[in-house]
Amino acid sequence: MSAVALRALTRRYGERTALAELTLSLETGQTLAVLGPNGAGKTTLLRLLATLLRPHDGELEVLGHRLPADGWLVRGRLGLLAHEPMLYRELTVRENLRLQAKLHGVAPARIEELLAAVALDRRGNEPLRTLSRGLVQRAAICRTLLHEPELLLLDEPYANLDPAARQIVEPLIGRSSGRTRVIVSHDPQAAVNEADLVLGLSRGRSVFIAAPAELDDGALARLYE
Amino acid sequence: MTRPASSTVVLALLRAQLRLELRTFESLPAMCLFSVTAFLLFHFGLDVDSLSGNLASGVLWVTLLLAALLAINRVYVADAEQGGFDAFVLSPAERSTLLLAKMLVLLIYLAVVELVAVPAFAILLLEPSLWQALPSMLGALVLGNLGIAVIGALVGALAVRTQARDLLGPLVSLPLLVPVLLGVARWTAPLFDAPRAGAVALRWPLVLALYDAIFGLIAFALFDFLLED
Amino acid sequence: MYGKGLRPLSLITAASVALTLVAALFWAPNDAYLGFLQKIFYVHVPLAILTLCGFVAAGLMAIAHLRTRDPRWDMRSYVAIHISLIFGVTVLITGSIWARGAWGHWWVWNDPTLVSFLLVMLLYATYQPLRFAIEDPERQARYASVFAITAGAFVPINFAIVRLAPAYVHPRTLSNISGNLPGRMQVVFYLALFAITLLWITLWRFEMTAKHVAAQTRRLRALLGEESDEEGPVRRSAAPSLTHAGSVS
Repeated sequence: MSAVALRALTRRYGERTALAELTLSLETGQTLAVLGPNGAGKTTLLRLLATLLRPHDGELEVLGHRLPADGWLVRGRLGLLAHEPMLYRELTVRENLRLQAKLHGVAPARIEELLAAVALDRRGNEPLRTLSRGLVQRAAICRTLLHEPELLLLDEPYANLDPAARQIVEPLIGRSSGRTRVIVSHDPQAAVNEADLVLGLSRGRSVFIAAPAELDDGALARLYE
Repeated sequence: MTRPASSTVVLALLRAQLRLELRTFESLPAMCLFSVTAFLLFHFGLDVDSLSGNLASGVLWVTLLLAALLAINRVYVADAEQGGFDAFVLSPAERSTLLLAKMLVLLIYLAVVELVAVPAFAILLLEPSLWQALPSMLGALVLGNLGIAVIGALVGALAVRTQARDLLGPLVSLPLLVPVLLGVARWTAPLFDAPRAGAVALRWPLVLALYDAIFGLIAFALFDFLLED
Repeated sequence: MYGKGLRPLSLITAASVALTLVAALFWAPNDAYLGFLQKIFYVHVPLAILTLCGFVAAGLMAIAHLRTRDPRWDMRSYVAIHISLIFGVTVLITGSIWARGAWGHWWVWNDPTLVSFLLVMLLYATYQPLRFAIEDPERQARYASVFAITAGAFVPINFAIVRLAPAYVHPRTLSNISGNLPGRMQVVFYLALFAITLLWITLWRFEMTAKHVAAQTRRLRALLGEESDEEGPVRRSAAPSLTHAGSVS
């Protein structure tokens, strides 16, 4: 079964087309890397998959359910790691995660498990605003994984993380996590290394959809021209 | 897909919001301070030392209404600016739980402000004693607060993700709150009469309850549409 | 498609407005108390009724918009509120003149209809600023519909509540219509109501047609690959756009 299936998916912002007639499918357990210059429609695609935006044309199926009609069946089964951490700055990491756990109906024990996994357990009682960006990103990763999502939607997941921190979160959101993932990245090489399928977007249109092995170096370079 | 119990979600949202307020003190102290300052303004502006009847009732309720605007403007700001809306929409929780939580937050704010403002009003401006008026006054406070909370929670969500939220919140909510003002002010006016002349007309509690109920239903019916992107 | 039948409708409207004017000025008797000034009643009351009905209709159109997510319903609701706002301003002006003639003041607080009307107008005056403050056209449309439904429900409720306030002693004009008006005045009033209803519908259809044509032109231009006329950033607008409607229809 495909985890994600798009057919001629289109989304506009007023007069501008943010995403035009995108067709692709992603199998369960696989990773899709979405590449492209700024404003190519990468974040729009992620928000469409996350049920935060409604498609204007075409078909969108996530985890076997048609969106937007069955959005409520999909919500709670996917995890979105976006640019903003989606956490309250004045609340501590634990308070934030406890709220999210209640929203998802998750037992609080899961919070400690995740905090330990990202090595944030000792600073979990500090307000988010006092943490460095890297630590905030780790807290956001905990939020994303709290409810054991079947599909991970990651917008530059390694932003603000130093190499040591990357090592720490790799088993959670990296290739070895074994989860179905959609990764938006500005680091094409790293993303290609992680992916089973690479989508190149430019001005809302798909430039290529290919397995990493089929990609020649020129294709990537041309994408950012 | 199982959804978390709505009561659990409402309580969690309410607790988070109150915790945020206790950390930042963005709304409550400002509301209390504003109310007392407004009484001073009325004292100087009207050049009176004590008020009774219609005037007393009007001054008290207009002050509370304007103080409430401060909270209505701020009650969704942390959610809009720090991504709380998206995180909430991404969860399987029932959407209306957020509206209910915000209504409860506004009700709590208003109750706290009134604990300060009503005694301050009785000491600073009110001519007759507050004690006799108090039982009926409590009813007016409850139904009035409910109306403010219902409209505030809806209009707050409407205004917060616009570019002029500080202006649109008050401009949209004040006309909608005029019937609430009319109801509570007319309700309590006879209570503040110096020789305790008038009896409370039953129609004002009824009108207020009906108005609160109708706009409560409207708010719950429409709130979902304000959360989507 | 909005232009269809617009010409005959306009002609009928113009004729009935003209007929109403003639009837009101020359055929209807002068009021014993107010004299000639009473004639403003034939404009004022129907305009007020149409304004309020227009607001309520806009609320119903907004419900259709939220149900179907068809931006054309948002456009209809927007145009209805627009026309009603214009009508509403004339209601306030004519009402003020009437108040001056009847009670000697430009504004009277003891006419509940007038007071509620001002309140409704103040609420709807925020409709355009609200739209203008939201950039994303789809969200703008959705938020505007939420406003239009809330405000549309507010209109009748507000009138009922303000009327309850006990200070109002003057006999209400609307209740005079059926009972106390002399026969000819009644006939002219209903004629005026008919004419102004037609006027509201005609103006609504004119603006809908204009908006539709503009949207079609923009879409065709985009299809032809022409750049838009304006350079630089897309201008913000309070008017709904039909561009996210889908294919050219």
